[in-house]
Amino acid sequence: MAVELMKGNVALAEAAICAGVQAYFGYPITPQTELLEHMAKRMPELGRAFVQAESEVAAINMVYGAACAGVRAMTSSSSPGISLMQEGFSYIAASEVPCVVVDVMRGGPGLGNIQPSQSDYFQLTRSAGHGDYHAIALAPASVQEAIDLMGLAFDLADKYRHLVFVVADGLIGQMMEPAELPPMQPITRRHDDWALTGADGRAPHVITSLQLNAPDLEALNQRLQAKLRIIHDTEQRSTEMLTDDAQLVVVGFGTAGRIAQTAVQQARREGMKVGLFRPITLWPFPEKRLSALADQVSAFLVVEMNTGQMIEDVRLAAGGQVPVTFYGRTGGVVPVPEEIYDAIRDLYRKLQSRPARE
Amino acid sequence: MQEEIIFAGFGGQGVLFAGQLLAYTALAEGKHVTWIPSYGPEMRGGTANCTVVVSDEPIGSPVTKHPSIAVVFNNPSLEKYEELVKPGGLLVVNQSLITIETHRTDITIVRIPATALASEMGDVRLTNMLLFSAMLAQRPVVSLETAQEVLLEKLGARKAEMHALNLAALARGWELGREATPASESA
Repeated sequence: MAVELMKGNVALAEAAICAGVQAYFGYPITPQTELLEHMAKRMPELGRAFVQAESEVAAINMVYGAACAGVRAMTSSSSPGISLMQEGFSYIAASEVPCVVVDVMRGGPGLGNIQPSQSDYFQLTRSAGHGDYHAIALAPASVQEAIDLMGLAFDLADKYRHLVFVVADGLIGQMMEPAELPPMQPITRRHDDWALTGADGRAPHVITSLQLNAPDLEALNQRLQAKLRIIHDTEQRSTEMLTDDAQLVVVGFGTAGRIAQTAVQQARREGMKVGLFRPITLWPFPEKRLSALADQVSAFLVVEMNTGQMIEDVRLAAGGQVPVTFYGRTGGVVPVPEEIYDAIRDLYRKLQSRPARE
Repeated sequence: MQEEIIFAGFGGQGVLFAGQLLAYTALAEGKHVTWIPSYGPEMRGGTANCTVVVSDEPIGSPVTKHPSIAVVFNNPSLEKYEELVKPGGLLVVNQSLITIETHRTDITIVRIPATALASEMGDVRLTNMLLFSAMLAQRPVVSLETAQEVLLEKLGARKAEMHALNLAALARGWELGREATPASESA
């Protein structure tokens, strides 16, 4: 495959196709509609399933059904549409079927607007449906990373029989950038041990999210929690730059992390010891590495395109060892590097005027 | 080398395509590039703009407050972006439609009567190509030759009748850009 200039939404769609997605169900919403459009054209060409559902609620339940049959299934939407899918997410998590959901976040709350935002962080990492579970959430910061994480999302979904979100925002969805697609994976039969593939010659498989007997439901919860502990311990991912000698580390995911990178480089040119930490998995949050950094730095500055959501995870990871401060823009306003630089400089000056850490 | 370029005008003036041509050309020359459109309700009949970052290094932020180059197609775009261009930067002005005076003295300002020229050449849609190559004449972010090749590839055989006109517009814009006596020189 060659490097080509690709729009984020189209890259996400084509990367899912390369990863062998067999069934796509969705309902249009800006700023992710190009993803659905690309699927509408490509999936029938390849003899795979594309359905434009009558609503997001229908779409996620179609995904649930296809996933029960053991095929790679997905949907995509943007913030208000993701809210509508919540019940389906919970059924999917309880039924332990693999699926992938792309959220190209836009400004909220409410119908909000169609500009880029990161205000679904709580929704995706905390409350993606009722009940005791977390979905896996992967956050790309470039078109290439969106492609790479799309493939990883399907692998993790299959590996853990779990719900995986790819969390982008309107800027990544609309941006064009050079990127390279992976080779097309062959469609393979998976999950014959549990999927509903026809019970001819074998005992029927049962997939349900209904457990009327309380001890049975408790047992299911304990099994889910054991699985989530393994995911928590083994799947934390992050990237960082200039952290080796950093006194101040900026923490941002996705687009905010990427914009902050330019501000961090500017601060370095002016002699400030500043680094960048960018979580790639939002759940499980990369707390092991961030906790280690908390031993070394004097402060964290969290930058988000919301009013402060991931900052709670940063505070938990920092464990009260160092101050955790915040800079954010919200409502679809995208911060520019210049204003993040100002926030870095102001905090750095405050740190300099304090006695050094032992 | 890193340049941040904003193309801004009305929807329909070819603002987004001018930015895409720059992005495709940068990719053809092996440079790092990002292209971001303004998108949203304002696109219907309203203003449109795109930001292109071209760099020799991997690109951090694809957005900027202060672009090094702004190519403005209409009055609202001039009002918004003249203030924001970095000191020492370049402002390319579509003189045919822009009636407002410029006032910066710390940037290079080049005026091209692009819409009128495009009409004279036979197609008002050439406006964006004239302004694009005038910009390149002042700041060779990418080479004109590569841009010409990429443009023909993007137009494709389907629009073969447009090839000669677009190449002529790129050549004319380049000449005007080179000849232009900048209204202000960088300090």
